[in-house]
Amino acid sequence: MANTEHAATHGHHEHAPRGIWRWLSTTNHKDIGTLYLVFSGIMFFVGGSMAMLIRAELFKPGLQFLDPAFFNSMTTVHALVMVFGAVMPAFVGLANWMIPMQIGAPDMALPRMNNFSFWILPFAFTLLILTLFLPGGAPASGWTLYPPLVLQGGDSLPLAIFAIHLMGASSIMGAINVIVTIMNMRAPGMTLLRMPIFVWTWLITAYLLIAVMPVLAGAVTMLLTDHFFGTSFFNAAGGGDPVLFQHLFWFFGHPEVYIMILPAFGVISEIVPTFSRKPLFGYEAMVYATASIAFLSFIVWAHHMFTVGMPLAGEMFFMLSTMLISIPTGVKVFNWCTTMWKGSISFEPPMLFAIAFLFLFTIGGFSGLMLAMAPADFQYQDTYFVVAHFHYVLVPGAVFGIMAAVYYWLPKWTGHMYDMTLAKWHFWLSTIFVNVLFFPQHFLGLAGMPRRIPDYSTQFADWNMVSSLGGFAFGLSQLLFPYVIWKCVRGGAKAADRAWEGAHGLEWELPSPAPYHSWEEAPSAAIIARGAEH
Amino acid sequence: MTHRHVPVLTTTLAAVLGGAAPAAHAAWTLNMTPGITEISRRVYSIHMLMFWWSVAIAVFVFGWMIWSLVRYRKSAGAVPDTKLVHNTKAEVIWTVIPVVILVSMAIPAARTLIDMEDASGTELTIRITGYQWKWQYEYVKDGVSYFSTLDRDSDATRALQSGLDPFKVDHYLLNVDHPLVVPADTKVRLLISAQDVIHSWWVPALAIKKDAIPGYINEAWFKIDADKTGLYRGQCAELCGRDHGFMPIVVDVRSKADFAAWLKAQHAAAVPTATAAVASVATPAG
Repeated sequence: MANTEHAATHGHHEHAPRGIWRWLSTTNHKDIGTLYLVFSGIMFFVGGSMAMLIRAELFKPGLQFLDPAFFNSMTTVHALVMVFGAVMPAFVGLANWMIPMQIGAPDMALPRMNNFSFWILPFAFTLLILTLFLPGGAPASGWTLYPPLVLQGGDSLPLAIFAIHLMGASSIMGAINVIVTIMNMRAPGMTLLRMPIFVWTWLITAYLLIAVMPVLAGAVTMLLTDHFFGTSFFNAAGGGDPVLFQHLFWFFGHPEVYIMILPAFGVISEIVPTFSRKPLFGYEAMVYATASIAFLSFIVWAHHMFTVGMPLAGEMFFMLSTMLISIPTGVKVFNWCTTMWKGSISFEPPMLFAIAFLFLFTIGGFSGLMLAMAPADFQYQDTYFVVAHFHYVLVPGAVFGIMAAVYYWLPKWTGHMYDMTLAKWHFWLSTIFVNVLFFPQHFLGLAGMPRRIPDYSTQFADWNMVSSLGGFAFGLSQLLFPYVIWKCVRGGAKAADRAWEGAHGLEWELPSPAPYHSWEEAPSAAIIARGAEH
Repeated sequence: MTHRHVPVLTTTLAAVLGGAAPAAHAAWTLNMTPGITEISRRVYSIHMLMFWWSVAIAVFVFGWMIWSLVRYRKSAGAVPDTKLVHNTKAEVIWTVIPVVILVSMAIPAARTLIDMEDASGTELTIRITGYQWKWQYEYVKDGVSYFSTLDRDSDATRALQSGLDPFKVDHYLLNVDHPLVVPADTKVRLLISAQDVIHSWWVPALAIKKDAIPGYINEAWFKIDADKTGLYRGQCAELCGRDHGFMPIVVDVRSKADFAAWLKAQHAAAVPTATAAVASVATPAG
């Protein structure tokens, strides 16, 4: 390939430091992508261990292991770690690795900021997790941090808020980098509507991040001043309004759900065509649907708050606007279906995860539509039905999207094929047990079990036991994932440049493993045209 | 878990068919209760409408996907049709049909929502205040007021490693010392607030879940069917701190006459404290 020769002439790039200093000082998009992904993996297991503790306590009625206050800390920190530490950094890692290679750019536009935005994260999460060892324990108000409850927290409050500020700063820097890269560094001929869908979904996600992370930062700062500086933003006794916080939080929080799912849509839109050996159906409709979902995400936030006592007009507006989201989401699902229709489908691990995504994310979509109906939501709100819903869209949704992406691009990253048999074991165990874990939670919610309780009445015992068993099995199955990756990094059959028969896109025009510096010379028009056969 | 004799499959079928109204202790419960008010039954029917639409769409979408995965698998020699990348007619159809389905869902939901918010013409007003971790009930016009907390048996059993068996406690974690007593066949208004943090007053059989927020007074109402006297249970539904899981709600629905007699007795008991100008906390006999 032309660019490997090119790299040789620029040998000075190869004198990068070795060992730990290489990783601390790196400005290379691939190194930083790896750092993000490894960090996300560690956080996935940290947050997962907390989930295991939660499911152990909920295995049967009565309190066996955890004090209720510590249980509340577990649900809170589990959510913060999974949302901000596992899912979001994983997608930033994928963006770092793939966006420059997919648009024919040599690196991200702002490499030093890229390094900084990653290296903030370990400090942020060290702070957050250290709060578990403070007197009074970690925040125990749920990840939604509703006042006045959150203000009853002890020393952990300022540390947790500072950690959230750091995570927000990191996300905003990452998002700026993505936008600047996509807007300025596309190879000549790579027009916007020729970009791979993964790049499109990330571009839209990055705008969402820039729009809402500052709102979260503002809201938690107001908590801080309420607690320490005598303000009364959320204190009714001082003329403030506790519900104001919920509006601010969910103005961030609803777009945040799409921040976690849109890049997964992008990944699925890459994988389904590859293994159906057929271009993506309705490419432009996919782009517009993604943009519509992003726009709608700004005007539906109060559907998280139907029970706070909004006026009828408010409830009506948020119910109807929320229902609208199912239209562009439906368009996406139908387009994926039609992509597989009349294809030539094979079932390698990335495709298996993508197929599970299509089925299980759609189930999460159904329960989402049910939750949109305000009168019925009064029954669902704050029950296990909601827990089941958002875990369906986040675990077999966002997390399976990440796993599919890793199994899809791992040969490109490492230059080796991985152990297909083990990866399929990982897939089948995950897919079976994720359902054993979360499907019964629909029943628990409908039967009347509230969420965020450490102990429950005996009528909820049976399905909780099933859910816990599913949880333990799902958790154990995940140990296969790092093992498969580790084995693949260490060695394995040589991966072809185009590792999958039906793969299109500029990344597959590069050698496997991708050279440390790729596309230092822009790809030719012919290569771009070949890659743009979406 | 003494109810294991019923085969799971039968329970599943019964509940999926939508006819199951699970008793308080039914194990393997799958579905919501239709409740004891006209509104709660309408909510239940919206829930079932949404459920059946979901099933119908799932049969269509999943059927389509499974068909494609089987019919067009490479191992069966499928040849891809790489020209199939766009079809305006299909895309218009699968945008318009969901819109029609959504409208058909929105109409009953909007009607029910409007009726739920219509608290006019109520005959009795009860003020509910949430505290960490108990409820206060005040019959506004009658000077009757009392607190409702988790019953002693549950409270002893729920201690960490208490060694007591929850299955031997009557309605473990769903029993209180003093239930909220209300009349059937009466439109009752609830004014819901809180003193410390946000709570949420939820009784599934009434289809009422309303947040109790410091500084706010939220309104809700119910009218229970005349023949639905008895005990109905719920829980706090908004995380409110350490003992959030331990502040249940029990509603004791009585006939109009029984309720009037009960209220009169409570009022008589409360009067001496009221004349002494002390905020009264009467202990109801019920």
